[in-house]
Amino acid sequence: MERIWRWPVAFALFWYHFIIGDDWTVAAAVAVGLILTALLNSAHITAWWLVPVIVIAMLGLSLRRASKT
Amino acid sequence: MTGVLFVLITTFLASAVEAIEMVTIVLGVGATRGWRGTLVGAAAGFGVLAVIVVVAGIALSQVPIGPLRLIVGALLLVFGLQWFRKGVMRVAARGLAGIGMHPEDEPPEWDGVGFDWTAFVLAFKAVVLEGLEVAFIVVSFGANAGQMGVAVVGGVSAVVIIGGVGVVLQRLVTRIPRSLLQLVVGILLTTFGTFWSLEGLGIEWPGGDASILGLLVLYMATAGTYITIERRRALGFSPGV
Repeated sequence: MERIWRWPVAFALFWYHFIIGDDWTVAAAVAVGLILTALLNSAHITAWWLVPVIVIAMLGLSLRRASKT
Repeated sequence: MTGVLFVLITTFLASAVEAIEMVTIVLGVGATRGWRGTLVGAAAGFGVLAVIVVVAGIALSQVPIGPLRLIVGALLLVFGLQWFRKGVMRVAARGLAGIGMHPEDEPPEWDGVGFDWTAFVLAFKAVVLEGLEVAFIVVSFGANAGQMGVAVVGGVSAVVIIGGVGVVLQRLVTRIPRSLLQLVVGILLTTFGTFWSLEGLGIEWPGGDASILGLLVLYMATAGTYITIERRRALGFSPGV
């Protein structure tokens, strides 16, 4: 039974590392940023600036974490 | 619609980043174990990549442009941020140094007879694993920009040029500043990923397509700032000092 699951788990892990990499918080923050942008846009509030701000902030936090480890 | 030149430059540079490592490994395997198994392995790897690009390209061309831009743009953004981050760290640490050759990475010499399956597998793995990221970028970028043909030309020409340079001047390939290229591509993917994912949400950018240039300048300035901070941190200064 364990063997049956080994391949799909390895496949999922490959794509996880391929797309998201070693800092999942950056991907999570981008996802949250896109959701918030969609919500603000539906309320007719200008929101194009939000994702670039999140990108710059998360990049800095991630670099800071990486340099500490 | 994104300009042909942008698509060509981005896919060319992204492919060049991975092609440097791919060509270095393939040349190392060929030089130490012989060329027959190595070249057959590399050709088989390129065959697999071509199938992936064609199948994924056809599949993505069936998806409507709105959801495609949101989903693929978000993926490009997350993926591009990985390269952006690695590029900043590597340029801050090593400047414009190439990847270099590690003696421990070189495979043992082959003096046997018959087909060398070890050389085949090593070359095949190098081409498929390094090329998978290229295939991902070429397909997603080409589909989102509506320029699949241009994206494929950019990707293939980088592999051909880096491969050609590698054959003629083997050591030169290891001196190409791969970290800097990775940073440039990371910035480009993050720029287009940001632009497309928000367009997919129905957001109107101020200035339309011209805001791509604005994002590019913003992220380039960010890269410069973070490289300076990382260098100062490595030297023992705190960012606030």
